[in-house]
Amino acid sequence: MNKPLLRFEQVSFRYDARAQAVLKEVTFSLPAHQVTVLFGPNGCGKTTLLYLTLGWLKAEQGSIWVEDRPLASLTRRERGRLMALVPQTEYVPFEYSVLEYILLGRAPHLPSLAEPGPEDVRIALEALERVGIAHLADHSIRTLSGGERQLVLIARALTQQPRLLLLDEPTAHLDLQNTYRLVEVVRELKRQGITVLMTSHDPQVVLALADQVVILRQGSVFRHGALDEVFTSEVLREVYSIPLQITLVEGKKTLQWL
Amino acid sequence: MGDTRALAAVQASSLHRQRMLWALGVGLLALLWISLLLGRYPSPGLLSPERLSSDELAERLVFQLRLPRLLTALLLGMSLSAAGLVFQLLFGNPLVEPGFLGVSQGAAFGAALAIVFFSSSALIVQANAAVFALAGLGFSYLLARRLRYGGWILRLILAGIAVSALFSAGVGLLKILADPLSQLPEITFWLLGGLASLTWPKFLSILPFSLLGLALLLLYRWRLNLLALNDEIAFSLGAAPHRERALVIVAAVLPTAALTSVAGMVGWVGLIIPHLARRLFGAEARFSLPGAMLIGGWFVILCDNLARTLLNGEIPLGILTSLIGAVAFLVLFGFQGKQWQQR
Repeated sequence: MNKPLLRFEQVSFRYDARAQAVLKEVTFSLPAHQVTVLFGPNGCGKTTLLYLTLGWLKAEQGSIWVEDRPLASLTRRERGRLMALVPQTEYVPFEYSVLEYILLGRAPHLPSLAEPGPEDVRIALEALERVGIAHLADHSIRTLSGGERQLVLIARALTQQPRLLLLDEPTAHLDLQNTYRLVEVVRELKRQGITVLMTSHDPQVVLALADQVVILRQGSVFRHGALDEVFTSEVLREVYSIPLQITLVEGKKTLQWL
Repeated sequence: MGDTRALAAVQASSLHRQRMLWALGVGLLALLWISLLLGRYPSPGLLSPERLSSDELAERLVFQLRLPRLLTALLLGMSLSAAGLVFQLLFGNPLVEPGFLGVSQGAAFGAALAIVFFSSSALIVQANAAVFALAGLGFSYLLARRLRYGGWILRLILAGIAVSALFSAGVGLLKILADPLSQLPEITFWLLGGLASLTWPKFLSILPFSLLGLALLLLYRWRLNLLALNDEIAFSLGAAPHRERALVIVAAVLPTAALTSVAGMVGWVGLIIPHLARRLFGAEARFSLPGAMLIGGWFVILCDNLARTLLNGEIPLGILTSLIGAVAFLVLFGFQGKQWQQR
């Protein structure tokens, strides 16, 4: 087992002092160079956990470690070079070209008032190439389809050259073909050595991508471990309280309703 | 390979936009020179350069009256357009203008207050307008912090609307209280906006604030794009969205407040010019910001030329910018609606 890139130790969080805790004493670690999926029903705290990892939300109790440093001790710029966020959706109010937009990913690498130069453009074009949309570089973002936009957001994250990629429900708005394409892209990024932490409530995506699964239920870690050990019919039946079964179809695991 | 083709396309588009900026800039210098000679002395039309060197009255007219007025018109156009573009970007809303955070109505209230209660000394009216313009921003900000409704951007917009409404009610009240023969016309003319009474001291009093604000915005122009993103996205890219937005808003309001204090309410410049700039240069602020400033300079100088030469008397500048601006708005949005979807 390789050294964890990120560790959560007894982390609790609530949005409002009077409200219920959204996350309760969450402990897990994120192995480097693997895909870890945060899985669970709607409202179980997946996205909150992702934003705690990003540092945008601050833990109420407990601590989050990046290798041997507390997450809070990273500067904004260091954090921006370490990890990149791909949000579920992003509203783009004005006409940007794809390249202009993803060049914003260079921000944590540039001094405050500097502008991106030829080297940054090269890195951005390479990121487009890696997700397979280099031909869209000079298109306006507003003319793109939902699937293409999701790939643009991933390309911007890659332009940040992060070690850790955070994906929030990346397939939530995608059709079957685009979901397949996205799964392929994430697999390829993993092969290139990027650590991935993503949220998903789609069991098919989990089965296709995850090395590790953290199953959340009502703000607590319900199960945590390697896909084969944790993601079983029994566990899923308990999480969702509906009859379902993971079966093997031509050697691949698939989820079926009963 | 696709890579090199994309790179070439990107470089070509960037070069094209740089050339457009240069053309607009050089054209603006020419426009400044022509406008300096344009007027109704000794007869409507252009003053010849020979006359300028021989006629002392012409020389005084050009250098003491027209030049400070022209330079103020230039700054006015640049400031309102830059601030409008920045506000539209920051608030993710193409319909906001630089005065909407209580700044315009605050300035109007300050000017009216000075006219009714203090004196009609130009300097006091100007200072009071500037103070209340900044107070309008301050109130909007404080109110937005206390509102319990929606996200930060929405709260700021709501607070701006509320503060503007309060100040505009205040202006109404002051109009009732004003002496209908002397003070009321003065308030009315101030609200219509214009540069007729512009002098060197007035120009010099606003110069440092406008230059400071515009310089900050220009230095920040690439990062402005970051601040247009959602808070958490901007944060993930290493920005401090709240702090940086506050800085940029102050940098945009400073020149707006300064120029409103001498020019009154000059509407539609800060709304329409940013749209035109984005049409020509795309949204990326590295190009659209300087583009908006240059187009804004063109627009206000042309409007002010009309204001002072079209009739024997002066037409208030605010009327012309609103009239021409609104027509341009209708043309951009009404008749070319289809192109909005394309690039």
